[in-house]
Amino acid sequence: MKILIGIKRVVDYNVRVRVLPDGSGVDTDGVKMSVNPFDEIALEEALRIKEAGNAEEVIVVSAGGDECQQQLRTGLAMGADRAIQIQTSESLQPLSVARAFLKIIEREEPGLVILGKQAIDDDNSQTAQMLAALWDRPQATFASRMELNGNSAVVTREVDAGLETIEIDLPAVVSVDLRMNEPRFVKLPDIMKAKRKPLEVISLDELGVAVEGQINVSQFSPPPQREKGIMVDDAAQLVQELKNRGLL
Amino acid sequence: MSRILIIAEHDGSSLNLSTAKCVTCAQAIGGEIDIAVLGHGIDSVAAAAAALDSVSKVIAIDAQHLAAPLAVNWASEAVALSAEYTHLLGPSTTFGRDLMPRIAALCGVNQISDIMEANGANSFKRPVYAGNAIVQAEPASGARVVGTVRVASWKAAGDGASSAVENVAASSSAASHTRYVGLTSEGGGRPDLQSAPKVISGGRALASEENFQMIYKLADKLGAGVGASRAAVDAGYCPNDMQVGQTGKIISPDLYIAFGISGAIQHVTGIKDAGTIVAVNKDSEAPIFEIADIGLVGDLFNVIPELESLLA
Repeated sequence: MKILIGIKRVVDYNVRVRVLPDGSGVDTDGVKMSVNPFDEIALEEALRIKEAGNAEEVIVVSAGGDECQQQLRTGLAMGADRAIQIQTSESLQPLSVARAFLKIIEREEPGLVILGKQAIDDDNSQTAQMLAALWDRPQATFASRMELNGNSAVVTREVDAGLETIEIDLPAVVSVDLRMNEPRFVKLPDIMKAKRKPLEVISLDELGVAVEGQINVSQFSPPPQREKGIMVDDAAQLVQELKNRGLL
Repeated sequence: MSRILIIAEHDGSSLNLSTAKCVTCAQAIGGEIDIAVLGHGIDSVAAAAAALDSVSKVIAIDAQHLAAPLAVNWASEAVALSAEYTHLLGPSTTFGRDLMPRIAALCGVNQISDIMEANGANSFKRPVYAGNAIVQAEPASGARVVGTVRVASWKAAGDGASSAVENVAASSSAASHTRYVGLTSEGGGRPDLQSAPKVISGGRALASEENFQMIYKLADKLGAGVGASRAAVDAGYCPNDMQVGQTGKIISPDLYIAFGISGAIQHVTGIKDAGTIVAVNKDSEAPIFEIADIGLVGDLFNVIPELESLLA
């Protein structure tokens, strides 16, 4: 079985994001870029499945400009076997990404596609569900546990009410939550080795995917700030203050 | 005029408050509002939906294979209803976040996630970068709008009305490739985190599952829901459904009290809409104090027992 992993290049989660003064976006100049943390978890899960003897090949896929090759190389250094860059200069929204991934799926015929549950830049949380819909296959979103049983998988999902369990037939799309696993650290020799692993570049045009129906995103603004509050000295003052405000 | 269809969230017996919040968002969009109640044995849920203000009608689709909210089955029904509607909305809870993008893809449109503000039918505000930026999102011209409603941004619509319930037969059958197994909850009968007026939260500083009991005890005294930071959940002090923040629940209680939570941006994004934020932390430099309305620098292991005796 092949496993396909989606990787998105995003502003590192430790960076304090700043909105540009003209509202055209956020400042990414000289800012550290990383693999979307949820995608690392997705890749880690795939590597563990392969190491357990349940998959033969792990392929990482990213859609973007050539700069996203950095993140694909990180994926290869973690242990993916090969990488595919879907080359585009446009900032693709989830539906276009799902359409492009579907073309890759038709070519590679993976048994499992694992994606992060959301990207920490646009926070959309859509691509996995859209891909499953277009592929007409099962979706198991927000997964914190996955157990493969031949041609099916039992997946535990983190939902608002607790933990939901579903069973899905493969092939399927799984989107992973934080507690699925802890991704491994990349070691230096692996970075060297990753440079020799295959990275294929294919343009969005070659895949026959047109970018259309994108949502027009504009007017970036900083969120409204909460006003600075007061400090109290002890529990008694705190209770008094809450009573004064009618909260107790 | 816009025609808006809301997909109701429920647990089989009662309507989730998130649906009433979607109605308020739909009111801001403007137009005729219908609610689809999908499920099995859903008469009481449909009646609750029909009671919501400014709803034109409720479409109830009762079928055994819709009993569990499996996105694959529910999306088929929603798409079958979609032709008459300009807008399809669901809540930005795990329920809606699972379901709505599947519907959007089948409708061939991108989705607008986490709508926090609507300016007419085709212009929305939504947060990105964990709430560090707000953007305006406008769907492609003429495209059907499929969106999720950021529940913390909206008040619940009133429920004094009674619109008609129209029973419709399911148009699809169960997808055989996806099977519901079950749900385990550890709520302990406490108020639901996303609708509780008061929420008490604990962080890494609690240091153990045993110590986290202090949070439950205080919460029970105040009739509050219980939340936690990612650090506390990851460390196993409490279950995952308590996590508040960018990747957990986004909440807007009247009162939020955080014990031993440093206030990472990912956590803060989940509480920014709270009425009053109280922070108790040993570290006077903790970033949570930058957004707290009332701050107390102190050891939670002293403060919590003191609060308990003061509230006795």
